[in-house]
Amino acid sequence: MLSAETLKGYIAHGLPCEHVQVVGDDGQHFEALIVSPLFEGKNMVQQHQLVYQALGDRMHEEIHALSMRTFTPATWAKLNAAL
Amino acid sequence: MDTQELIKTQVTSNPVVLYMKGSPKFPQCGFSGLAVQILHACGLKDFVAIDVLAEPAIREGIKTYANWPTIPQLYIKGEFVGGADIMRDLYQQGELQKLLQEAQA
Repeated sequence: MLSAETLKGYIAHGLPCEHVQVVGDDGQHFEALIVSPLFEGKNMVQQHQLVYQALGDRMHEEIHALSMRTFTPATWAKLNAAL
Repeated sequence: MDTQELIKTQVTSNPVVLYMKGSPKFPQCGFSGLAVQILHACGLKDFVAIDVLAEPAIREGIKTYANWPTIPQLYIKGEFVGGADIMRDLYQQGELQKLLQEAQA
């Protein structure tokens, strides 16, 4: 069964990230929060596609549902400043 | 007509198309159900919903078409808008409502 930790490793391995957080303990449904400089200048669809590319075939085989929130480092910093 | 052409025809000849698992009345997956609820929340009652469970070729073909590995997928005026996540975020920003109104105009 796929763990959140393993999935976090897949994402961080395939995509340079400043911050990755993954939750989900049923092995099928996961929620990920990903901060990467590669998201700069990209719209949401393109950002998510980058993550899907990093996961490659695993998206078809192992992961049934991955819900994502993607941020550029700048947006992420602003959000954290507001907290 | 191969699957990619069929999909292109479907998304370009209908203003709003949702590829989902199941039907609006009987969604077969949580994310597909969420997508339908979001469209209803935008006040959209009639839209084309295509059940990919009933059409395996489209179920795979749509992933290639949009370079997006999951279902549901929403198309407005032939453009891939996103899956359930992005629909939710766009809805919260009020953007989805705008896109849908433009599509109905």
